[in-house]
Amino acid sequence: MPSLKDLKNRIDSVRSTQKITKAMQMVAAAKLRRAQDAAEAARPYAERMGRVLSSLAAVYDGQSDAPVLLGGNGKDQVHLLIVATGERGLAGGFNSSIARLARDHANKLLAEGKTVKFLTVGRKGHDILKRQFADKIIETISYRDVKSIGFAQASEVSQKVQALFAAGEFDVATLFFAKFNSVISQVPTATQIIPAKIEHVEGEGEIVNNSAVIYEYEPSEEAIVEDLLPRNISVQVFRAMLENSASFYGAQMSAMDNATRNAGEMIGKLQLSYNRQRQAQITKELIEIISGAEAL
Amino acid sequence: MAEGLKIEIVSPERLLVSQTVQSVTVPGTEGYFTVMADHAPFMTTLRAGFITVTGDNSAEIFFVRGGFADVSPEGLTILAEESVPFSEFDHADLQAQIKAAEEELSRAETPDDKSYAQLFVSGLLNLALEAEQLNGAHIH
Repeated sequence: MPSLKDLKNRIDSVRSTQKITKAMQMVAAAKLRRAQDAAEAARPYAERMGRVLSSLAAVYDGQSDAPVLLGGNGKDQVHLLIVATGERGLAGGFNSSIARLARDHANKLLAEGKTVKFLTVGRKGHDILKRQFADKIIETISYRDVKSIGFAQASEVSQKVQALFAAGEFDVATLFFAKFNSVISQVPTATQIIPAKIEHVEGEGEIVNNSAVIYEYEPSEEAIVEDLLPRNISVQVFRAMLENSASFYGAQMSAMDNATRNAGEMIGKLQLSYNRQRQAQITKELIEIISGAEAL
Repeated sequence: MAEGLKIEIVSPERLLVSQTVQSVTVPGTEGYFTVMADHAPFMTTLRAGFITVTGDNSAEIFFVRGGFADVSPEGLTILAEESVPFSEFDHADLQAQIKAAEEELSRAETPDDKSYAQLFVSGLLNLALEAEQLNGAHIH
């Protein structure tokens, strides 16, 4: 049985932990708002980019002379997995669930006899993946010191990826990140970015019809597609990074909320046993005093 | 008079403009062009320059670098790599870039590198000229 003093110390320490988790939760909530706003502000660009690209790419449908970024280089041997995670922990299962998705994907590819390479964006993903794939991680990009992720960072990542692709380091690139659904739900997602997968937006029949209008292109259709595809990769990476940061703060917020609640429960339990012991001690002392007085 | 032209200027980070205006002048790769309502469908890449948005009795200027413009029957969409209102345009930064590019040019050795660097420098110098003209400042 711990002594009264021990219990008091435990309660104090749990209480200060609770204060920290509570503060972290509030900070995460504030940052989540900002991250969500940023993700929303980036949406129009990505949407319009997708629309333009899908109308342009339709031209190359089923043709073999498509640009390599769109049609691939015809091989499927070396896979690059770009794993975007958070820079920090204390966010529940956020980092590990992205890493797990990437690891499962990698194991599947390895079982098929493919070669796998990793490029990790974010320190945590690197920490987790290096246990199993230390020799396969070719580069780690960390934005620990960057306050808010901008397009500049995303295009830096995308340029690295494109340089690797141009050097023939890989054939297929897949991007892993957590899609932000809500504060309590972040879904780890994999998207193939090279060769580009063009999503045909459903339920927007009119727009698809409009793309049949004859366009004039300047300088030329091919030149525009060539210009657009690398940009599309940057946009995809940027979107992933923004979704990721929103997801991260969401996950951190709910993790810290849980921690705060658990600490509260723990304090309650400890306080109860503290009070019981205190009462027992008072009773004991009373008995001693009374029986001492009676003996006189 | 035809109803106005609907324009949107979007950068990866935010939606800058979404409004209906009279005409827009855009720096295409092959020269400036002006779009008014009911323009034929047209798509072009952009070079660094200034977009002038002319409303009924006002004009707004935006700096744009990279990206492309899409003129469709619904209006004009400009997807810019980087875009800021002219008031936020950083002249000092541009001067620094010109300096860096000129140094690059003086270091270039092969003819290919040289012509590329030259192109880059003159592009930036042009940009500075345009910026000064828009500013109404004295041109050197």
